[in-house]
Amino acid sequence: MALTENIKKVLLLGSGALKIGEAGEFDYSGSQAAKALKEEGIEVVLINPNIATIQTSHEFVSKVYFMPVTPYFTEKIIQKEAPDGIFLGFGGQTALNCGLELEKRGVFQKYKVKVLGTPVSAIRKTEDRLLFRKAIQNLGLKVPTSCFCRNMSEVEKIADKIKYPVIVRAGFSLGGLGSGVARKRQDLTDISLKALALTPQILIEEYLEHWKEIEYEVVRDASDNCITVCNMENFDPMGIHTGESIVVAPSQTLTNEEYHRLREIAIKVVKSLPIVGECNIQYALSPKDGDYRIIEVNARLSRSSALASKATGYPLAYVAAKLALGYRLDELRNQVTRATSAFFEPAMDYLVVKIPRWDFLKFKNQDETLGSEMQSVGEVMAIGRSFEEAMQKAVRCLDLDFQGIISDDLDKAKLNKINGKNFRFLDASPDRLYNLAYNLYLGQSKDDIYKKTGIDPWFLDRLDAIVNFYREMINDNLNNEPGRDILEQAKKHGFSDCQIGEIYGNEEADIRRLRQKYGILPKVCQIDTLAGEFPAKTNYLYLSYHRKEHDVKFNLPKQVIILGGGPYQIGSSVEFDWCAVNSALTSKKFGYSPVMINCNPETVSTDYDVLDKLYFEELSYERVLDIVELEKCPLIVSVGGQIPNTLTPKLARVNVKILGSTPDAIDRVEDREKFSGLLDNLKIIQPLWKRLKSSGETLAFAEKIGYPVLIRPSYVLSGRAMYVAYSENMLERYLETTDAIINSDYPLVMSKFIRGAKEVDFDGVARNGQIVVWAISEHVEHAGVHSGDATLVLPSFSLTEDAVELIKENSVKIAKTLPIDGPFNIQFLVNEDGRAIPEVLVIEGNLRASRSFPFVSKVLGINFIEIATKVLLGDNVKQVKIKRPRYTGVKVAHFSFTRLRRVDPVLRVEMASTGEVACFGDDLKEAYLKAILSTGVNLDRKAALVSLGGMEYKQKMLQGCRVLVKLGYSLYATKNTADFLKLNRLPATLVYKVHEKKRPNVIDFIKSRKVGLVINLSDREDLGVREMSKETTDGYQIRRATVDANIPLFTKVSNANLIINSIYKLKLEDLKVKSWGEYLATIQPKDKTEKL
Amino acid sequence: MGRGILEMPKKGYLILENGDIYEGDSFSIDREIAGEVVFNTGMVGYPEGFTDPSYYGQILVATYPLIGNYGVPPAGKSARMPENFESDRMQISGLVVSRYEENKSHYQAKEVLASWMKREKVPGLSGIDTRSLTKTLRTTGVMKGLITFQKPPDKFGGFSFKDINRENLVPFVSCRKPEIYGNGRLRVLFIDCGLKYNQIRLMLNYDTTVIRVPWNYNPYQEKKPPDFDTVFISNGPGDARTMPETVETVRQSLAKKIPTFGICLGHQIMALAAGGDIYKLKYGHRSQNQPVRDVVSGKCFITSQNHGYSVVEKSIPKDWQIWFTNLNDGTNEGIRHKKLPFFCVQFHPEASPGPTDTNWLFDYYFRVVKKWL
Repeated sequence: MALTENIKKVLLLGSGALKIGEAGEFDYSGSQAAKALKEEGIEVVLINPNIATIQTSHEFVSKVYFMPVTPYFTEKIIQKEAPDGIFLGFGGQTALNCGLELEKRGVFQKYKVKVLGTPVSAIRKTEDRLLFRKAIQNLGLKVPTSCFCRNMSEVEKIADKIKYPVIVRAGFSLGGLGSGVARKRQDLTDISLKALALTPQILIEEYLEHWKEIEYEVVRDASDNCITVCNMENFDPMGIHTGESIVVAPSQTLTNEEYHRLREIAIKVVKSLPIVGECNIQYALSPKDGDYRIIEVNARLSRSSALASKATGYPLAYVAAKLALGYRLDELRNQVTRATSAFFEPAMDYLVVKIPRWDFLKFKNQDETLGSEMQSVGEVMAIGRSFEEAMQKAVRCLDLDFQGIISDDLDKAKLNKINGKNFRFLDASPDRLYNLAYNLYLGQSKDDIYKKTGIDPWFLDRLDAIVNFYREMINDNLNNEPGRDILEQAKKHGFSDCQIGEIYGNEEADIRRLRQKYGILPKVCQIDTLAGEFPAKTNYLYLSYHRKEHDVKFNLPKQVIILGGGPYQIGSSVEFDWCAVNSALTSKKFGYSPVMINCNPETVSTDYDVLDKLYFEELSYERVLDIVELEKCPLIVSVGGQIPNTLTPKLARVNVKILGSTPDAIDRVEDREKFSGLLDNLKIIQPLWKRLKSSGETLAFAEKIGYPVLIRPSYVLSGRAMYVAYSENMLERYLETTDAIINSDYPLVMSKFIRGAKEVDFDGVARNGQIVVWAISEHVEHAGVHSGDATLVLPSFSLTEDAVELIKENSVKIAKTLPIDGPFNIQFLVNEDGRAIPEVLVIEGNLRASRSFPFVSKVLGINFIEIATKVLLGDNVKQVKIKRPRYTGVKVAHFSFTRLRRVDPVLRVEMASTGEVACFGDDLKEAYLKAILSTGVNLDRKAALVSLGGMEYKQKMLQGCRVLVKLGYSLYATKNTADFLKLNRLPATLVYKVHEKKRPNVIDFIKSRKVGLVINLSDREDLGVREMSKETTDGYQIRRATVDANIPLFTKVSNANLIINSIYKLKLEDLKVKSWGEYLATIQPKDKTEKL
Repeated sequence: MGRGILEMPKKGYLILENGDIYEGDSFSIDREIAGEVVFNTGMVGYPEGFTDPSYYGQILVATYPLIGNYGVPPAGKSARMPENFESDRMQISGLVVSRYEENKSHYQAKEVLASWMKREKVPGLSGIDTRSLTKTLRTTGVMKGLITFQKPPDKFGGFSFKDINRENLVPFVSCRKPEIYGNGRLRVLFIDCGLKYNQIRLMLNYDTTVIRVPWNYNPYQEKKPPDFDTVFISNGPGDARTMPETVETVRQSLAKKIPTFGICLGHQIMALAAGGDIYKLKYGHRSQNQPVRDVVSGKCFITSQNHGYSVVEKSIPKDWQIWFTNLNDGTNEGIRHKKLPFFCVQFHPEASPGPTDTNWLFDYYFRVVKKWL
């Protein structure tokens, strides 16, 4: 029984914006915790500014505070809400750090809040490496030899004495930020310098090169019952952050003795700390003699725990929450069998492979080497009954252009051109997997590869099996199509129909037909946690070619398949998980049976609890069709973002029933020419544009429409970047220096770039072409910043009524003409520049739910996805009347630039943010300030560095600088800016630019953290040609140093002025501590069901 | 491995008494064998598991799909026992897997699994839908079966299945004559019904002399019985009711109030000796993740198990008490005498393979023995 009967209200801390190292997994763990608490009748109050999450909804928690997860605001909320207990372990490092600080300040004691779950004393032991080492060594267990350094002189002192290589680790940080491997003395100095800028102490320790990296997920209750739910083995050995590694569960190369020795140690450690709930323990295991080291313990739910939950079906976060309330493990049921005990260790009869998803293509200059810092933005998991099957499936789940580990470079046609044995580099990088396959194909020995990479020979053997099979197929010249046995073996080796087709010169559809003829069809397998020993009550499913029978029945009444969003990546993140989950919840509510297909272990949409059936599967045409052919039910494709959207036309061609807007309508919006034609017919203005096939055409068209112009190449070797050229010179240089290919196969799209235009997102749901609900969000930044990076404001703050009317009018026309049936988004530009009637231009449309759906839904208190799903399911939805709220919601992007070592942290047309937060306020300023604070920045230090490029920006920032001085800020400025400020009688201290070669220069100044705010407005030249030629400009160096020192950076004039005005008007204590419900109460009609 | 894709492996067949036939690929010797078909859900520990004598006469289905990953270590020898195996030979009659992985890259591996199996003349089939097979065994119960390499006739019938439930299997796995291990103060009369060496290995940590005797050895009928302080009854294959000799020995030692500890089959023998009864489970417990609860202290443990029979809890005499129960299906996992130093458990505290949570029982055992002496 729960010991904590007097716990009636619990405060749950979320993890804020999605960022590298702290992503969707915490939405999953927080939602599970909320569910576990709700079942007990406990009121849950949640602090989380991440508006796109599923946990921030009244279905999961009683109250949500869209506010920063910081000690200050958390204390305010504790004061107001007077919770009985608090959960610190479900919101990642953000929540944990906040909790540790509150405990230190005595806040919990003061307000009599009980920390539920693992006690703070145990958390401290795991977070402070010195305490941790002591605790482990006291148990007679092993940790790597190491020493701590608090400053550079301590580093220098040991630098000559230690044995290299060593690894430098920064304490108290997320995802290994600031860490690195030093092979020689100089490396150590460099890395330590950077790490010490982020953290007060660093750890230098023996580098266990090529040791295996193993993790265990451990659960313990307050009565000292303890189990390990899952172990995992990293494909990449020690040295690569586990978030950057390919991970396999369960371990594949451990003997019984190794497996159970590490398990026993895990339990010993966890009992001694002691943990109450869940934790993760990481080991290094020597492949030479089985010796081990304990690397770390995470005394909270983690990315690994989310993965382990999905890998095994054991809901770690849910169970951890129950244990925190005092339940014993043996009192809880296994949530899958619903018959056996939660005190058990899952037996898997399959294996899973996790691969991280990197998005380096989105960033220029990014160093793609992987190491002890996390840089991946998402991950996928694939389930199979052979390693080959799971691995190849996982590669396809990534949504890159790979069909498996065999890349296009080994295409039949290219093979003849490969001369000799030009092996590829096997340094850890996102492409290493494909390079391994490439080298194996070319004959590099597994021994040689092992020596270079330390990847266990077992894994290399498995890759080799795939490569060898590929070779056999390439050499199988007997037929122009694969024979039955080969085809069956190919599928068991995880090859896609598409790739098999390419080998034999067949179409994907031919291979599919052939498979059907031979009866080679994947079978649906159920995950039951006990390897068949007990039947499962849930439908957690995957497909495998290693089975002869299905485990489940198909085509049950009223089923509807929802396609999820796939891996988190820049541009597609938790917002689509919110959409997919809400679509599932709605369909369930209205008597339908939701079936989800998704492959991202960080999501709530892959929680079998939410669904009637979950296919944890790749979102490929082949696999979706496999499932549709079994389930024979219609599809919802408009709530999972771009991946399902892209599959739609292909699925529609084979007559798969798709709910909502017709594939023809989708095509008329997706196809640029068709959409443009449609707009012309409707007399809706759009920026002038053209598809261009040569440099000459490009220059001529730019001349015709006038600079600046926006360029979107359709194919770029090093990225997919869009680009704005402000002059002929810039365009010429772009065309000369870029590796973009422009020809008739890869045309370039150029459009007129309207400077100073306002940008607007129109989100809506239409039914048979009639808009039933809509929202207009205005961007703070002017056009030129990707809408995913822009600051969104709802309701709009500066648009004239005329502009709003025109936007609505245009949307109505488009919706009606297509017609739209379901969710959609249209992006507009509003040009009010000296015009009586504003010019409203359409730039883009999407017949699917957009990134901003959760934001507009939550700000307006109207669930757009619920309405959209009802429309899709054929419900007769009436028009919803929207009242303009008297408060403002502001959504701000969160960037993970700190983790991307060389990326220029500047806003531009290409999206770069990894997550977002949104806050509410009485006006734009309050909401914006809360939102900025929610991104983890601190505005306490009253010193600002201003570096303004060009006279226009200097003029635009002058008033802002005056305000800063009024607020008591000291101003620091680079040469021209300082001169300008002095001319305007503003005191400014001059700091040198790097190229001036005088010290202290601006970089030293930033590194010493004498400033609390940096405003760096790049004039257009700065961002233009020089960047393309990869020069490191002063601006770049300032921006880079700023983010590396974790100082707030503003690179757009609109944001810079807004933040200055916000801090001028509001002090920290002026920011109102109000829950979401309190805001909503001011607009919502009393009767919620009232149709207006 | 490295096999041409057009070159097909030899087919083999698993035939169940209910008429189900599974076709697979042979990866060991093509030797027809009959046995009882059982499944195990452990994810590691095949060298230990396959040498566990409790599997004698059984065709083992591994639910974990990849078997062979880390090869096979050399038997090794230390204190006159193989270091890495649980008995002197492979005990399973046959092996059925989804995927056989041929590998020996682990630093401890001496050979690949298939070469060991071939030497031990144990056939193996891969490419079998082991999950469907397991589900069948779960719903219909364990079955007689055989592995054959002749294509079965279209009409089912004429197969010579073997019923291992009727005969006493212990003589096939027990030692032939007494053997002594260690030279410690406490003397254990260790009745070998098909022991796992780890039981002896762990006992030797406690200043003991282990006198290993055959299953039908009765010290009370010997002219020159060895000195011993305690009696231990090991695990083993089959039905305890087919071995009245051992039950009688244990009954006598209980009557003499000799501290007695039994594991697995030993637990069932002790239950019978105390006057209790046993029954056959539908599909047994063969795994490394069986949760048990000490009903007195409330503590829970994950245990390794390998048994097809269970003690009827209601049959336990009044002066005995339930000690452990299974959290999944409520079956009995251990009993002990209320006053005297007699206790036994259904699970394997010696693990190997499996979790080491209940290693402490050996500690407990010798503490009790010492206290009693």
